[in-house]
Amino acid sequence: MERLSENRRAAIWSVVLLFVGLFVWEISISAQTVNTGELTEYELLTGAGTAKAGVPPPSEVVVKAWQELSNPFYDAGPNDKGIGIQIGYSIYRVLTGYFLAAIIAIPLGFLIGMSSVAYKALNPFIQVLRPISPLAWMPLALFIIQDSEASAIFVIFICSIWPMLLNTAFGVAGVREDWVNVARTHELGAFKTAFTVVLPAAAPTIVTGMRISIGIAWLVIVAAEMLVGGTGIGYYVWNEWNNLDLTSVIFSILMIGIVGMFLDAAFGLLQRRVAYVE
Amino acid sequence: MANSFLSIEKLTQRYPDGKGGEFTVFENASFGIEKGEFVCILGHSGCGKSTIMNILAGLSEPTEGVVKMDGYAISGPSLDRGVVFQNYSLLPWLTALKNVTFGVAARFPDWSKQKIEDHSIAFLDKVGLSGDAIHRKPSQLSGGMRQRVSIARAFANEPKLLLLDEPFGALDALTRGTIQEELLKVWSGTDQTVFMITHDIDEAILLADRILLMTNGPLARVAESVEITIPRPRVRTDIVEHPNYYAIRNHLVQFLGKRSAELAGQTSAEGETHAPETVLIEKTDHAADEQPLLQAVKT
Repeated sequence: MERLSENRRAAIWSVVLLFVGLFVWEISISAQTVNTGELTEYELLTGAGTAKAGVPPPSEVVVKAWQELSNPFYDAGPNDKGIGIQIGYSIYRVLTGYFLAAIIAIPLGFLIGMSSVAYKALNPFIQVLRPISPLAWMPLALFIIQDSEASAIFVIFICSIWPMLLNTAFGVAGVREDWVNVARTHELGAFKTAFTVVLPAAAPTIVTGMRISIGIAWLVIVAAEMLVGGTGIGYYVWNEWNNLDLTSVIFSILMIGIVGMFLDAAFGLLQRRVAYVE
Repeated sequence: MANSFLSIEKLTQRYPDGKGGEFTVFENASFGIEKGEFVCILGHSGCGKSTIMNILAGLSEPTEGVVKMDGYAISGPSLDRGVVFQNYSLLPWLTALKNVTFGVAARFPDWSKQKIEDHSIAFLDKVGLSGDAIHRKPSQLSGGMRQRVSIARAFANEPKLLLLDEPFGALDALTRGTIQEELLKVWSGTDQTVFMITHDIDEAILLADRILLMTNGPLARVAESVEITIPRPRVRTDIVEHPNYYAIRNHLVQFLGKRSAELAGQTSAEGETHAPETVLIEKTDHAADEQPLLQAVKT
């Protein structure tokens, strides 16, 4: 028998694991039987005869997903919007906060990476601000900005700035001296050196930082939207929990994972583009 | 010497030795290089060859002394002084061709894109790189090919002075031989002045007009300047037949093996310059009758 390639074998295993997982889930749910025996009056009064709200089986989630994904952009009022609209809001907030962070983090990271004085001056602030949970900023942001939408964006900004800032600084500081000497012996000015030598040399490290940042931003947006409410995938999860619609909760959890995967893959692609072998 | 194209005057390099004192690598080194000359410098590790190279390139500053080119003191790096580094120093994210156009575009900013590219391709061709290879990234090229690209980049810029810092140090002997010949090919027919560091005696004899010999550090100095009295064009297999070849080679081996250590560490009197002693070795037939195996001429 011809041996299958490694990728094919891995793909087969993935599919097998998926079906085994779903099967076990389905079986374990249908095992939760409803009490159908003789009930006392007390039991009837306390609702023991009705089905308990349980974790839905995967089949229900699939049906729900089909319904939602076949019409993702409907809008039937503030508490009933399609999944596409909710995810769209989340992505909009993430990208806005993220790019604002990039605009500040990358030039500042360049400065810190090039000048050890700037690094030493700013380092204490970075070390104190970096470990703060982004959600801890939320009350202050709401008070100062007075707008829940902008506060959510601010939270994304503050959480995605650090990996980009530190990775840019690290990448720029680590550019090989030989390459800087090439720029010097070719009489390149500071800007030309920064763009034609330092930036491409540090790009893989910078993009790694950007990739970490987008991952964190997507983690944080769900929590932030649970707090600020209104729209977005985080709000949607919390809203469906309040509705006790666990099928929708599970469906939206899956959607959060899938969108996160695509965001990461986009930066993975960028990372491959700027990579080089020494 | 003060009127040479490139004149190195009373160059001194000291570093703090970490114990509050100072460590002198070399002191009052002075020598000159004429326009169009190919000069090699030989010496043991630690004698400050690379430091001299970096000072000439403008990448570091001497503690004392000046370097004058065309009568003007140099300061900082310049496109007039091209450098080929030992580790090639190609930019790994650019193709071979782009690495060369990078230099040419910096040297001739008013040239058109097409002209820059044609010029670069011509120089890559001179070092034996053409076709598909020039569109590859350095990581996809062998060590020899990378150094060829680096040499092409330096020559394509047509600097007034070309500095080669042990360019073949990391290559195997066979590749080294081929590239040495290519280097000679590119160099001959230009009036390019070249200053090269090497550890390889045969390489120096093949390439140089003149070899500067350095004593061991610390307090190293350029002790001798040996003229290579073998006519050009030189071919590796032919020059070994030349009567002067082994005489020169023996002299160099003796110097590096014994005298570089004996002469080391001699402090100079205040203000005395260490100009190298010119050594001329001539053993061809017409001269052989008259005995001068070795003439030392004080300049």
